[in-house]
Amino acid sequence: MFSLDLLFEALIFGILLGGFYAAVSMGLSVSFGLLDVPNVAHPAVMVLGSYITYLVASLGLDPILSGIVLMPVFFFIGVLLYRFYYETFEKRGTEAGVRGLAFFFGVAFIIEIGLILVFGADQRSVSADYIGTSLELGDYRIPYRMLMAFTVAIVLSVALTVYLSKTFTGRAIKAVAQDEPALRLMGANPVRIKQWAFGIATAVSVVAGAMLIVVGPVDPSMDRVYIGRTFCVVVLAGLGSMTGTLVAGLILGVAESIVLMFLGASWAPAVAFGLLLLVLGIRPQGLFGR
Amino acid sequence: MSFTRRKVLGVAGAAALTAALPVGRARAQSNPVKIGMSMPQTGSLGAGGQAALVALRMWVDEVNVRGGLLGRRVEFIVYDDQTNPANVPGIYTKLLDVDKVDLLIAPYGTVPTAPIMPMVKERHKLLMGNFSFQVNAKVQHDMWFNNSPWNDASSWSDGFIKAGQKAGAKSIAVLAADQEFAQNLANGARVLAKKAGLKSVYDQNYPPTTTDFSSLIRAIRAAKPELVFFMSYPNDSVAIVRAVNEIGVGSQVQIIGGGMVGLQFTPIMSSLGSLMNGFTNYNSYVPGMKYPGIDDFLKRYAARAKEAKVDPLGFYLPPFNYAIGQMLEQAVNGTNSIEDAKLAQYLRTHEMRTIVGPIKYDKNGEWANPRVVQAQFRGVVDKDVEQFRNPGKQIVIYPEAYKTGEAVTPYDKARKAAAGKA
Amino acid sequence: MKFWIGAAVFLVVAIGFALSPVNEYFFFAAYVILTAVVLATAWNILGGYAGYVNFGPPAFIGVGAYTAVVLFKAIGAPLVVQILAGAAMGALLGLGVGLLTLRLRGIFFAIATVAVVFIMETLAINWRYVGGATGLQLQRPEVMAPFTSYTRMLFAVMAIMAVVSVAVARYVQGSWIGRGLRALRDSEEAAEANGVPTLKLKLFACVVSGALLAAGGAPMPMYLSFIEPASTFNLAYTVSSLGGAIIGGMSHWGGPIIGALILSTLQQIITVTISGEVNVLIVGVLLVLFVVLAPEGVMGLFKRWLKPS
Repeated sequence: MFSLDLLFEALIFGILLGGFYAAVSMGLSVSFGLLDVPNVAHPAVMVLGSYITYLVASLGLDPILSGIVLMPVFFFIGVLLYRFYYETFEKRGTEAGVRGLAFFFGVAFIIEIGLILVFGADQRSVSADYIGTSLELGDYRIPYRMLMAFTVAIVLSVALTVYLSKTFTGRAIKAVAQDEPALRLMGANPVRIKQWAFGIATAVSVVAGAMLIVVGPVDPSMDRVYIGRTFCVVVLAGLGSMTGTLVAGLILGVAESIVLMFLGASWAPAVAFGLLLLVLGIRPQGLFGR
Repeated sequence: MSFTRRKVLGVAGAAALTAALPVGRARAQSNPVKIGMSMPQTGSLGAGGQAALVALRMWVDEVNVRGGLLGRRVEFIVYDDQTNPANVPGIYTKLLDVDKVDLLIAPYGTVPTAPIMPMVKERHKLLMGNFSFQVNAKVQHDMWFNNSPWNDASSWSDGFIKAGQKAGAKSIAVLAADQEFAQNLANGARVLAKKAGLKSVYDQNYPPTTTDFSSLIRAIRAAKPELVFFMSYPNDSVAIVRAVNEIGVGSQVQIIGGGMVGLQFTPIMSSLGSLMNGFTNYNSYVPGMKYPGIDDFLKRYAARAKEAKVDPLGFYLPPFNYAIGQMLEQAVNGTNSIEDAKLAQYLRTHEMRTIVGPIKYDKNGEWANPRVVQAQFRGVVDKDVEQFRNPGKQIVIYPEAYKTGEAVTPYDKARKAAAGKA
Repeated sequence: MKFWIGAAVFLVVAIGFALSPVNEYFFFAAYVILTAVVLATAWNILGGYAGYVNFGPPAFIGVGAYTAVVLFKAIGAPLVVQILAGAAMGALLGLGVGLLTLRLRGIFFAIATVAVVFIMETLAINWRYVGGATGLQLQRPEVMAPFTSYTRMLFAVMAIMAVVSVAVARYVQGSWIGRGLRALRDSEEAAEANGVPTLKLKLFACVVSGALLAAGGAPMPMYLSFIEPASTFNLAYTVSSLGGAIIGGMSHWGGPIIGALILSTLQQIITVTISGEVNVLIVGVLLVLFVVLAPEGVMGLFKRWLKPS
């Protein structure tokens, strides 16, 4: 059943979804895009963030606020994780490529199974005034939870972009990605900068997790499909580009929405992975790659 | 030295060999009768499974108080399959080969049961079904006895389709999960809808892991159906109800619902609350239906459910799971054995008396006399479990034998309509 | 020669077991353990020898399993045909993945292989003939004498496959192919500069690894009498194949055997005594522990222990 109305609504939904995907991939854009850490555990940490948000929100706090409140905690977790990774793998040189990947993959699994053991295989969701209601514009219905996630996504992108280009530490982070020896010559400690950056990436992930559980119910194995979505966005964007992440996210969101409308719900989850393979095959440096 | 050592090795070897040998069937009378199953206690069907388990454990305890089966204590072994069909073959292999159970009960639900049908047929084991739908259709096991108040698709969807036609519906939309239960039901319902002269304006499957239905509901709305038939499992049923309330399906919809599993689980009913109003869905038992012994059962169940911190009402599954126990007991006592073939023969040829009424099986192992009701939710309020204890919130519109009222149509009107008579 | 004598002894013992009155569940569990040996060995040909971390074993296992299903459903093909056809499809997929990812390395290669898993799973979900997301019930044929149950026969078949895959890995390791792969692993640029045909070798490793992985997955539908996409294309297979190779030791064909035996046996014991979840947790934990503390694996630890300090 095809109609222009349906296409338009799918487009709007796709844009909102895309903004959400962009926000969810921001952390990876920093940790993998800028710092070259093979962080396949990023989606798992995000899902962990969703569950902790669920716990905090069950005390009565708004879910998105809960996510924001948890940022310092996750910042700390990120710092520790990077430190451990650095000491064990990065310091020893690039031979550690296989091991670093295997390490993060193992961590992702441990987080997923840990969540199943603690929370069970059940879905969890949160409730808020903006979950379950929609904006009515004539015949169109736009769910408020999507608008909320989109707004948070935009705020996050802008904040991160400004941070990276206007503040001293932000610019140091970009510098360490581009030219580490030069930075060292200037007297800055690259390890501490990277550690700080990874912490920020992880803190952003918990807000992403809060948005994830606002947008829909979560279950522990959701990290798997999000590996596809986040890496698709980051690779399509081009490593290290924050604005690129937003654009790539929108492209993915709209693509998924269109596929959902034309081909049905059974093909939509493969869109991210298909797009990822396409980008890797044709233009691995992405749209705005360095 | 060597003699002793050889003797020790010999004894140890013999012991190890004996331990590995299959245990003979001739056991001392003091050995318990082992009944084994896997029950989804977490995952999509978890809330229902936990309630069903309370009823089964209740039967086991009560039968043991009566002296057990054939003078032997009944031992009940149950695992959690997490509503994941991949876990089930391993669990049932373990039950048969490691726990050495005598009798098998199927897991609650079509999806967890489908994987073991070929296995139980190959191993010639009787399997007591538990609320599955047409799961034996392809395998055709002759020792399968399903306990659920339906038979084939028409026993389920007739009521739903008739209610739609009464309201003048000419078009139907079908949305079904891509899993054993929903597909079995959808295949049957499509044929019946066509026979009834309904025009199909939307027909889609979705992967069982789908969590966001807004796009699907939007598409349904665009197709402008008058009858909307969902076949879904609890996680998706909840998401669909929320999406329908969030996005809307259009003012032309007369009857909506049909085959949504989960809207019978007490925890889900109380968490969805008023969002369910206007939905017409199937059920196996609603308060007011007269089954022999049901009131007494519900009282005994409520006490145990409180302890287990599980569904306090116990309407949908528990009475039927208790009935599984009753049927096994009657078959064992009737044949004076626990041999699968003999029990199957008995179950095939006798009518059994249970707290959900008399049960007789047809040649496919399904109920010969189906008793599915379709009921419309009206006047449900939020955050109140007790409101469901008495009739009035679920108005039975089909079949005639249990009817308590007419469906209010269209759906928009039914959402705001008052509750039925209490 | 010692290898072949050892392999023959192993096969005689395995088949002997299959014919003896040992508890049925032993074979149900041992089949899984032998499969793990095949998967870890196959993974190691690409992952350990060539250094390309493949996160995609589930894609190949799935291709093998679904090829078997199609042949069984369409023409009632016997098990041997199912396995060979599965291996052929796995080789084809390996070739495809190799060509697609020819210039990708490290994490990019790994993520591409994850993408392949999900795409294959989506294809299976959308193919009604093999059951889609619902899955398919399969009635196993009567078992051939002298075996008393189908599971026992599958156990014997998997024992043979384990020997075959180890023999292949051993051959690759000792031949010029193995030398080339090692050069590739150590430094792809240097190898190319020295005239090593890196792209051809990489394709070879992808094809062989893929064929063996798929062969390992082909008997699964018969093993379970049931197939469905979610559990077949499960990323848990990645963790166990990777884990088996890393824990055992990636540079020698003996490593994956040891790693898979330890890991899988532990998993089976935990599944029977504690729970299904905890066993995947153990794999993850052991993988991380070994990757951090003993990257050379058990074989590496042995070597260090045997060498006078």
